[in-house]
Amino acid sequence: MSFMQLLIEGFWIVGKILLILVPLILAVAYTTFAERKLIGYMQMRLGPNRVGPKGWLQPIADVIKLLMKEVVVPSGANKTLFLLAPILFIAPSFAAWAVVPFDAELVLADTNVGLLYLLAMTSIAVYGVIIAGWASNSRYALIGSLRSASQIVSYEIAMGFALVAVLMAGGSMNLGAIVEAQNGSALHWFWIPLFPILVIYWISGVAETNRAPFDVPEGESEIVAGFHVEYAGMAFALFFLAEYANMILISILTALFFFGGWLNPFQGIPYLEPATDWIPGTVWLLLKAAWFLFMMIWLRATFPRYRYDQIMRLGWKVFIPITVVWLIVLTFWIKFEWGWWFDGRGIAAIGGVS
Amino acid sequence: MNRWKHFFKTYFLTELRAGLWLTWRHLFKRKVTVQFPEERTPQSPRFRGLHALRRYPNGEERCIACKLCEAVCPAAAITIEAGPRESDGTRRTTKYEIDMFKCIYCGFCEESCPVDSIVETRIFDYHFEKRGDNILTKEQLLAIGDRYEVMIAEDKLEDAPYR
Repeated sequence: MSFMQLLIEGFWIVGKILLILVPLILAVAYTTFAERKLIGYMQMRLGPNRVGPKGWLQPIADVIKLLMKEVVVPSGANKTLFLLAPILFIAPSFAAWAVVPFDAELVLADTNVGLLYLLAMTSIAVYGVIIAGWASNSRYALIGSLRSASQIVSYEIAMGFALVAVLMAGGSMNLGAIVEAQNGSALHWFWIPLFPILVIYWISGVAETNRAPFDVPEGESEIVAGFHVEYAGMAFALFFLAEYANMILISILTALFFFGGWLNPFQGIPYLEPATDWIPGTVWLLLKAAWFLFMMIWLRATFPRYRYDQIMRLGWKVFIPITVVWLIVLTFWIKFEWGWWFDGRGIAAIGGVS
Repeated sequence: MNRWKHFFKTYFLTELRAGLWLTWRHLFKRKVTVQFPEERTPQSPRFRGLHALRRYPNGEERCIACKLCEAVCPAAAITIEAGPRESDGTRRTTKYEIDMFKCIYCGFCEESCPVDSIVETRIFDYHFEKRGDNILTKEQLLAIGDRYEVMIAEDKLEDAPYR
């Protein structure tokens, strides 16, 4: 391959990355707006409605404010690590988007280890949190980062087991293949055979992103803002951006793993399927993801924060046993090909000619 | 039996779903926000806001420097100095200042005043731009009184039957 070809290839990839990241950042901005609006509505308030028509420019105003603010480095802080931490936090949360398929062919990196890569990327973000907490030279930040680290590590296990179940059901680590395995109709999606796994994956996802009701790492009433107390301006904005990007990622992944990703929910229904055939798959995926994003905000508006030992108990003593039990159930389910979800992958398939 | 009930309640997230249902219903309820500059909540004629010094209809200031308000003020926000007025020798204030940062808007000054001079108006959305602006002088208080006299008189009249 000549140098020119390489260069063009490189630019093409950078273009595709921008095509994912720019909408993502905009989505993050408007997720904050949606969150403030929805929580306001659930508390019978109106939420922000002053900047621009109906408040639609509020996130833009917030971004400008954050850009203008000074990045304060506290005295005694390790400056290099302090400034490195937000980057370490945001890089994996953006990198994880590389393997997310937005449509049958619409994926940046169509790897066969997508699931493993996702697990790795979501776990590696914990470094950013720990370094941020340690480099801040602040007790609150350190306590927050330790809480966050132990929480992410604990829920990682339940989440990992949940992903193993998805892997078994889907028969592949490629996210596109997992979605294709759900092809058929809304009843072919994995939310039925994997229902307990879905609930556990979802709750673990909420815990992984440090969202309410699992937001002890930034428990306002105890440790001010947790690991990012000392951050201001754009450095803080990066943490914020990463947290919301993770939320959107978890929502999209839930849609991909359990709700058929880009597949049309009206598939197989006589009149509705032809009527909705023209809608691109990306729209379905984003609609499904939007519902889960709404759920996250809804959870935050509804539940008080868990006590720390309750979080740990839930993660270790409830979620892990349930996932293990369901893995066993799922093994038999797949082996004996109950229902229509796992056609061609049971005992018959192994012993058969195919 | 009770244990099983508890078990199912926990694992089927019964109470969590009840909570979610509650917030879901609230999502569509009527919103109670009063959008302040455009909308205002109703006020009582007894509302205790910005202070004012009143005058008689003939233009004479009411205050006779009895210093009852200064004495009753629980926050010691009022400072009065008194002396005979140069033109006619009547007892008047030479200085009448209210520190609005100290004032707790209790309304005791208004209650104690024998000539209804110092009053608290229904104005509450005011601000100070410079340090020192928070101390209202006699001239400023009289000016506020002149400006809002109609409103003050109406409020006093409405409240008169009840005191």
